[in-house]
Amino acid sequence: MHIILAVAGVVILEMIRRKDVYVLLFLTALITLLLGSVNLFGDPNIARYLKEVCLTLIWISSVVIAIATAARQIPAEKESRTIFPLLAKPVTRAQVMLGKFFGCWTACVLSLALFYAFFCLVSGTKEHYWPITNYFQAFWLHAVFCAVVVAMTLMGSVLLAAPSSTITIVGVVVLGILLLGRHLNKVAAKTGGLAGDLLSAIYFAIPHLEWYDVRDLIIHNWPAINWTVIATDTLYGAAFAGLFLVAAWARFRRMALN
Amino acid sequence: MNNMSQSSSANGPQPILRTEKLRVEFRSREIGQGVKVALQGLDLAVYPGEVFGFLGPNGAGKTTTMNVLLGFANATGGAAYLFGTDVRQPIARQRIGYLPEMTYYYKFLTAEELLRFYARIFKIPMAERERRIDVVLKLVELDHARKRPIRTYSKGMQQRAGLAQALINNPDLLILDEPTSGLDPIGRMKVREIIQRLKNEGKTVFFSSHEMGEVETVCDRVAILHQGELKAAGTVASLLTGNETNLEQAFLRIIDFNLNSSSICTSSSLLLAS
Repeated sequence: MHIILAVAGVVILEMIRRKDVYVLLFLTALITLLLGSVNLFGDPNIARYLKEVCLTLIWISSVVIAIATAARQIPAEKESRTIFPLLAKPVTRAQVMLGKFFGCWTACVLSLALFYAFFCLVSGTKEHYWPITNYFQAFWLHAVFCAVVVAMTLMGSVLLAAPSSTITIVGVVVLGILLLGRHLNKVAAKTGGLAGDLLSAIYFAIPHLEWYDVRDLIIHNWPAINWTVIATDTLYGAAFAGLFLVAAWARFRRMALN
Repeated sequence: MNNMSQSSSANGPQPILRTEKLRVEFRSREIGQGVKVALQGLDLAVYPGEVFGFLGPNGAGKTTTMNVLLGFANATGGAAYLFGTDVRQPIARQRIGYLPEMTYYYKFLTAEELLRFYARIFKIPMAERERRIDVVLKLVELDHARKRPIRTYSKGMQQRAGLAQALINNPDLLILDEPTSGLDPIGRMKVREIIQRLKNEGKTVFFSSHEMGEVETVCDRVAILHQGELKAAGTVASLLTGNETNLEQAFLRIIDFNLNSSSICTSSSLLLAS
């Protein structure tokens, strides 16, 4: 475990020292603050729209951070050849992969914690209402979503040639699942035949990332989700993250380093 | 093959590094080229406390051998052992330090952070870790620059930072891949001094180099590899024959290099003639 934590520590240090994450954090915070401070047309419901915009921004930022951070980890190790002194130590490739995963995921969770804490502060100050459980559930499911995306990106980074292609393909897949995932079974039922069967198969095979998007819980101040559902979603996400990591490791294990 | 690599008796110390009929083949990427043999049945044995020079022209198979020893590449045949453990087991690398030919380190880290990272991999306790970092940074004379990011280091300093990371676990065996490559004379001298100091401390050093003078100065034994085959191994004195006065002459003879028929000489002669 100490090796995994050591590798993860370097990933987090790298992220702390890179400027792009700060830019993203600053921009999101600025927009949240600006939107939180305006009172358009004296509409009492305006807070909901503002919350929706801010949460969408947080979601976009988290997807960008998760994919962009994870996509370059293994290729950068190969390109800068830092993988050689690392693997010359008593370190296995599985430990490198797990360390990279935990490092990227922790970095994402830390950014998310910052985003949510700031958003909760701005929104709570404006509404004088503090549904902490809702915020925690939304944050946790968002963190599980990031775990699946990071694992999927790491798998992409060892299968695809360049980080740019990994970012593009994983980005399209994640966006596609978020937008279309929940509708696939309905389309499959309407289509019927072989195409319908194929769509059904895809519906059951893909990780349903849209289940982790519970922005409405905060926007409309709905009652908190049953904790059993949260636990089931967490297990589902962990299973997919594990599956992607095993696939990434199987490829990385046989990958030529030169 | 001249004076094969065994220098100890059967009851003497066990080799720290051993290869047995090591064979590595690569599938060529060029169409119609088939399989290329990088190593052909290499037998090597390096004993505790030795400084062992691994020589050969470019493409001889030195780096391939090191890649197999460090688990970066798999052997097609034969076996390799570090401290009696198969090199495919990560635990075989617990007591070694490795310095690559070029410095490949996380440039956003400082030397201190880099060493802390590698020390954590070896599970060195925190108090011991900090003490060890102080010791190796002083040894490689980087104590004054320990808080500077590695990207701001000169090439010589980066190479010494590399040596520091190779020494962080106080290894019994150091594998150095052309440790003085690309360094200026002062940098070379400093690296040579460090190797000499490690030798005096009883460490085993296995290193590849193209610098014959350097090898002659610091090595107890050398092995010469050519086209994936071990051509000779032994002490420098044992490799010299006839009126040869230095290792370079012996090296050129052993790899069967004909100075007069080399293309460089031919072109030089043509140039002189014109």
